[in-house]
Order: sequence, then C-alpha cells, then structure tokens
Amino acid sequence: MDSTTSFLVALVKIAVLVGFLMTAAAYLVLLERWIAAWVQDRKGPNRVGLPLTGLRLFGLGQPLADGLKFVFKEEFVPKHVDWWLYTLAPVVLLGAALAAFAVIPFGDALPELGITAVDSVDSYLQLIVAPQVDVGMLYVFALSSMAVYGVILGGWSSNNKYGYLGALRSSAQMIAYELPLGLGILGVVLMTGSLQIDEIVAHQATTGYWNVFAQPLAFVVFVVAAFAEAARLPFDLPECEQELIGGYHTEYSGMRLILFLIGEFMHMITASVLITLLFLGGWHFWGLTSGPVENWFDAIVRIVILLGKSFAVVVFFMLVRWSWPRFRFDQLMSLAWKVMLPLGMVNLAVVAVLREPMFANYLGGGSMFVFMLINVAVAAVAWIVTALLQPLAADNRPRRAENLA
Amino acid sequence: MKADDPDIHWVEEPKLGLAGKMYLPLFVQGLTTTARHLVSRKVTVSFPDERPKIGNPLIYRGVHRLNKDEQDRVKCVACFLCATACPAHCIDIVAAESPWPDREKYPAHFAIDELRCIYCGMCEEACPVDAIELTSFCDLTGRSREEMVFDKEKLLSVYDQTKDSEPMRSASMGASSGRATT
Repeated sequence: MDSTTSFLVALVKIAVLVGFLMTAAAYLVLLERWIAAWVQDRKGPNRVGLPLTGLRLFGLGQPLADGLKFVFKEEFVPKHVDWWLYTLAPVVLLGAALAAFAVIPFGDALPELGITAVDSVDSYLQLIVAPQVDVGMLYVFALSSMAVYGVILGGWSSNNKYGYLGALRSSAQMIAYELPLGLGILGVVLMTGSLQIDEIVAHQATTGYWNVFAQPLAFVVFVVAAFAEAARLPFDLPECEQELIGGYHTEYSGMRLILFLIGEFMHMITASVLITLLFLGGWHFWGLTSGPVENWFDAIVRIVILLGKSFAVVVFFMLVRWSWPRFRFDQLMSLAWKVMLPLGMVNLAVVAVLREPMFANYLGGGSMFVFMLINVAVAAVAWIVTALLQPLAADNRPRRAENLA
Repeated sequence: MKADDPDIHWVEEPKLGLAGKMYLPLFVQGLTTTARHLVSRKVTVSFPDERPKIGNPLIYRGVHRLNKDEQDRVKCVACFLCATACPAHCIDIVAAESPWPDREKYPAHFAIDELRCIYCGMCEEACPVDAIELTSFCDLTGRSREEMVFDKEKLLSVYDQTKDSEPMRSASMGASSGRATT
C-alpha cells in the first residue's frame, strides 16, 4: 500500500477517535450528573430529549443542550488578561489531552479489509492511530505533562489571584504525582520489556495474568497517581470551588471554558483507558479473546471489552468523587512523597529482582503464578507497614501546653 | 482568650483504629455507602408529572380561602384582625354595613396579594370566626401581578373547590359557625 492510502487510513482513524472522544466527553458529563444525583437519592437530569418532538429519552439530549448553551454564551474576556495566553491555554490543555490518544489503542485490530497499511503487521489494520510507536508510554507521559502548561497559562494569564493559586497548586500536584505515576508503570514496563502500549496489553493477554493481579502494589500507586493527575476528587485542589471559586478557570466563560472542561474529562478518559490497558488486561478477557483477530466478531468483542472495562473505571472515578472528601494540601503532598513513592519503589525493586530468574522463559505458566503470589504478599506487607507507620498523620492542631495544665 | 483559660474545653483527637490506619477497609466502606445510595429509592418528586404528597393537608399553609357558613354567606365579619396580624401587609379589606341581622359588618371587598404573602398562617390564627384558612394548594401560578391578587370571589371559590377534601377546621372542632351567631 502506498503512503497516500496509509495517510488516509490514519486520517479516518483520527476522525473516528476524535469524534468518539468528544461524544464520550459530552455524555460522560451527563453520566457524572446522573451518578451525582443517584448517589444523593435524586433522579438527575431526565427531561431534555429530542428537540421539537417532546420525546424525553431519559435526558439523553442534555449534552446537546449544554453544548448549545456554551456556544451561544457571550465570549467574555476580562480587560486585565493577557489575551494571547488566555486564548492559548484551553487549546493547549485540550490539544495535549487529545494528542495523547495517538498511541492508545482502542481495540486490537480489524480483520482483512483489502487494504493493507504499510505500518501494520500481518495485514491487519490495527486500531491505534500511530501503531508501533516504541516510546508509547513516554509519549503519553510527555503529553500529560504538557497539559499542565494549559493550566498554568490559564491561571497566569487570567491575572486573578484565585486562578493563579489554582495554577500553582496544579503544577505542584502534577510534579509530585508524576513520580508515583512513573514508578507505577515502571514495574509493568520492566516485566513486559517494552514501552509500547499494545505490547503491554499483548503480554497480559499471552500470560493471562493481568497486571492488577501480578503487581497489585503498582496498580494502587498508579490509580492514586492517575486520580491526582486527572485532578479528580479527592485530589481536585487546583479547582476546589470552596477555596478558589473555579481555580485556574475562574475567569473563563463560553467556548474557552468548555474547552477546559472537555480537556479535564479527556484526562479522566485517558486515565481510565490507561488503567485498563496497563493493569486490567486491555482487550483481553479469559475465554473470549484467544488467538489473533480472525473475523469481525473477534475484532468487535475486543473493542467492546476494552470500552466496557474503561467505562467501569470511569464509573469508579465518579463514585469515588462522592465517597471521599478532598485532601488537605499537606496531606496530598505527604501521600505522594511519603506513601506512594516508597510503595512504588518497593514494587519496582521486587519486580527487578524477580524478573531475571523467573522470566528467562516467561511464557511458562507456573512462574507467572509464583510471581503473582510473591507480589501480592509483598504488597500486603508493604501496605501494613505503611499503615502502622502512619506517615500521613500530621497532628498540628493547637493543644494545651503541658506546663499550663 | 488565653490558652490557659479554664473555660476552654480541650478535646483530644480520637486515635485511629487498625482499619483506619489501613485505609482500605474504610475505603471499601465508603464506596459501599455510595454504591448503595446509587441504586436506592429516589426521593425526587417529578413535580408537574406527579403531585407531591402533602402529609396533613389540614395543617399545610398554602393558598388562602374564605369560608362560608351554612347559609352560603361569607363568614368574615370584617374585624380587620387578620390584616392587623399580617406581617407582610398583604390583606386589604373594605368593611361595609352587614345586610344580615346577625352581624354588624361584612367585607364588601377582601383581597389578598398572594405574591406578597409569606404564608405564615398568622391570619388564620388571628381570625375570631374561622373565616380565613390556608389550604394545601401549593402550585400557584399567574401571568401578571394583578392576577395574583385574589379578591373575595376568588377566595370564596377556593373554598368551594376545597371544602370536601379539606373540611373547615372549626366544624371539626364542634362549632358550626363563629361567635357572631350565639
């Protein structure tokens, strides 16, 4: 296949992916409101349906109405802002969030279509915009760090103290949690021997042991860090309404605001899909996905499994939001540096020690099981030790001085 | 207030148990609570589609009505006690010589501004002849402010609409009409 066809195939993939992500973000806003309502014993938005028909459809028209509202809102720019940076910030945030999906697979592969992309293996069309990127994980990390530029630019250019404080908090939080995030996947990458995301999924599919079982400690560290990176509750300090009004997007409204909001939801989607791919086996499910993709059924089952798992993680994200109060900022920092970082190190050390002796021929079934047992035991011990040491306890409350008693 | 003030009651923070230190058990507990509420029965009333259930309509404070006696005359004797008691000054009464022999005055004009009313029920408390009462009507709408000033005919028609579902309170207390008849 010549490079023109290859280019067209990539364009189609991008169009499908971006269209899907935008729709998903819009409907996840609705889902978020539904779950918020249901958790609080309310019914949630259920009125807006198809326009002009009177059909309610359980409120499925709500995203359309919300979108229209944002489009028709006045594009208000305060006089005291730096116009260029103010406009650039939401674009950077959303652009970085969308670009990260270039290396994230959204399925395994499509069967023979008659067209064979130059860059695909075995004439299958791989369901990933940029297949075979050897530094896939690094690319995702680089872009997720770029996203914080959007936040900082937004907070700085707004020329508003709340915006600035939100941006400061955001940058501190991102820097602190990049480390556990990296440590969380380092064990996975070390075991797989590749930074390619499709490789990591394929490894879990081959062995049948998802990384959440093989490396539970890494899973916990990664999930907590992913929550913090996506700035979701209980780590949403950059935009906590009670203290900072809206944080870095205090001064934003209309289309610029919706770009920020979509960007944030995109972070959550990225985090969910990454958790699924790296730890929950991606498109793999025991008994349903054995062997390579041979027909359309195989291809669609894998897409559905991947999307289903990611959806479950998204629902978990939203439930967590209503289950825990926000951390204090010092607790947030202590959690990153005193708990998650050491736990990630422990996991990395265990994997590094076990990697060579156990996986010289890692496709053998037994060694994986032993590896899992050792890791679960280490995770339990590390967790209990952390619990007993109580690194998060910072009792700085006023108390009666002894000599006054 | 100084730190050694004897009035300060010092409370020590309770020590965390093992479950609290481990965090995960409490994590699961919190998640279970939210998940349970996720599927539990909802308390929202979808208002125009379904009516809210009013616990006891006899003590609900909704739209006013002017009661009639058994001869279908307005019970009000235009004593102005309700207008005096009203904290929102929403009751406007014009008294006139009564055409009936058993009372001296009756309201020639009686209007309540339902937009100004705060539905406190003081008029009901003040009325010596139980002529003014609050019903359980709560969805009150109108297209203009003038429309929301309920005059005597309107208030009497509210009585006609609600007399069966919400009997007059004085009747249930054993007195068929006010003091004026005795």
